[in-house]
Amino acid sequence: MWTWFYKLASPPYVYGVAATLVPWFLGGAALALGYGLIAGLAIAPPDYQQGEAFRMIYVHVPSAILSLTVYTVMAAASAVALIWRIKVGHAVAAAAAPIGASFTILALVTGSLWGRPMWGTYWAWDPRLTSELILLFLYVGVMSLRSAFEDPSRGDRAAALLATVGVVNVPIVHFSVVWWNSLHQGATIVKLGAPSMPGSMLWPLLSMWLGFMLFFAAVLCIRLQGEVLNRERQSTWVREAVKA
Amino acid sequence: MSVGALSAFNLLVRRELCLSFRRPDQLLQPLVFFLIVTTLFPLGLSLQLSLLRDMAPGVLWVAALLSSLLSLDGLFKSDADDGTLEQLALCGQGLTLIVVAKTFAHWLVSGAALVLVSPVVGTALGIPTGAFPTMMLSLGLGTLTLSWLGAIGAGLTVGLKRGNVLLSLIVLPLAMPLLIFGAGATDRAISGTNAAGALYFLAALCVFTCTLAPFAATTALRITLE
Amino acid sequence: MNTVADGLSVEKVHVWRGDRHVLKGVSLSLAPRQLLHIRGPNGSGKTTLLRVACGLLRPEQGEVSWNGHSISAVRLEYQAVLAYASHEPALKGDLTALENLRFAVGLKRHVSTKELRDSLEQTGAAACADLPARVLSAGQRRRVAMARVLAMSASLWLLDEPFTNLDAAGTELMSALLRSHVSQGGAALVVAHHDLTIAVDLRRMDLAA
Repeated sequence: MWTWFYKLASPPYVYGVAATLVPWFLGGAALALGYGLIAGLAIAPPDYQQGEAFRMIYVHVPSAILSLTVYTVMAAASAVALIWRIKVGHAVAAAAAPIGASFTILALVTGSLWGRPMWGTYWAWDPRLTSELILLFLYVGVMSLRSAFEDPSRGDRAAALLATVGVVNVPIVHFSVVWWNSLHQGATIVKLGAPSMPGSMLWPLLSMWLGFMLFFAAVLCIRLQGEVLNRERQSTWVREAVKA
Repeated sequence: MSVGALSAFNLLVRRELCLSFRRPDQLLQPLVFFLIVTTLFPLGLSLQLSLLRDMAPGVLWVAALLSSLLSLDGLFKSDADDGTLEQLALCGQGLTLIVVAKTFAHWLVSGAALVLVSPVVGTALGIPTGAFPTMMLSLGLGTLTLSWLGAIGAGLTVGLKRGNVLLSLIVLPLAMPLLIFGAGATDRAISGTNAAGALYFLAALCVFTCTLAPFAATTALRITLE
Repeated sequence: MNTVADGLSVEKVHVWRGDRHVLKGVSLSLAPRQLLHIRGPNGSGKTTLLRVACGLLRPEQGEVSWNGHSISAVRLEYQAVLAYASHEPALKGDLTALENLRFAVGLKRHVSTKELRDSLEQTGAAACADLPARVLSAGQRRRVAMARVLAMSASLWLLDEPFTNLDAAGTELMSALLRSHVSQGGAALVVAHHDLTIAVDLRRMDLAA
């Protein structure tokens, strides 16, 4: 039974599967994002409280959710690679890290832009944005650690351990930031929250979320192919594939 | 004939303390750094004690974090550099015991020392003496947790050139909850409200970290030793 | 490859360092009362092989076993019977030779100060006992490191270039120590540049680059 699992995790197999899945993911992402953007930006009515500015939700919320999802994926792949010594896990983690960091930056930027009309300033230490910022630091730490080692396999394992330790910390960080914010709650801070949502607002949001997920899956597969090729460049199957 | 775990732990802690006290200057430097950093804030901000008091918990904690980080880099480095870390790894007591002993000894000379010095710094920042017990307790729990987080970071970065910057980069985000709860507890103690909630969270973090971090730090060290 | 039920057995071990295939399916076996001398040019993986045999390095493929058990299964028991001397003497400069020995050997077995001084005596480093290691010469440090190996009372010695920095008398002394260790039932794996002429069951192994 385990041999089946190890075969599933073998680099050439994973490479092949990733290559096949990319067009499907991209197609699905295009559809979901297309519907979401059009419905959200053009069709849904403006919010009675926040006006047009709330439309930022269609990019901000999915990217924030994805930033956490990608970190979890990265940590899970890292844990699998560390515990069962499955090398492909390191390739997945290395492929996912920059994507997750990008989503985090996107969430921070859109959050900041959204905050401008809401708070009157670009940054107000809102608890969710502060958690996102700390998450960005965690991503940067993992990526820096991986690239700091000359021996790439050692770098992979060190980064994998850090990612696993970090994922345990993410809920702790989030909770502590919410607690901290409740201490210093300014009266005029408006939360970057979702207003109560009728269907015409909710469906585009869900569609954007799905679109972001599919987009992540597509980019992950593309990057994963590159990572696998790089790590296995000495082996025969790569040389065959490159010649072809 | 073989040595029990407790005697081995004692011997290791004695070794670490012996080494630390042979270099008293290196022992004192983080403490001096702590004092210097806390001086920077009044110089940069304000003379008024009332204003300083508002900032005091944060300033105290940030200074404690930064000075602990300075000494964490050396946790495994000197042993790794002269080859004694390999000898320790082969001594038959298991790498985890070694990591626990070294980290505990490190906390004794850095974190515990900070806690003892903190009333001096607290007075300089205008913290009322009534808040001292909470302040010292929170610093004690916090520095212990930080020593463990630092042990993981030190284990990961021990072989790297310029590893100390990366060490800070890795450890500080993980330490942010500590800062929040620790400074929060001290702040509440100053304003007279109940600091128990924050202290409980801090204690929970400490217990959680002290239980799991040894295994993470040992794994980190194994990765680097190979 | 025959697996020795009694002693050290390394089977078809592969190690990569980054892209370099350092050890390509290396095997060896070592029984008590045997001395295995490993030779090879620089970069052939002699130190790597020794570290794999200690258990410091886990090979990507292959097995290392002691008395029939894989060393990862009996790690602490295996460590209790071995003594490893790396290329560097591995001494803390701020501690005296005696303290270095006490903190190293004391973790492995209960040992008295007298026994430690005796070990230093045996390797000709008795005068260094109360001097901090950083003031010792390279040759003296090598002798102190050897005293540590002696004091551990280990049955398996894994020595990386133990003759470095030793003068003629020191080399003689080291050979005599190896001879008495092996003839009294111990085993030794020695990496050394030059030829060893020691009157025991001496095997040689050459590693290609």
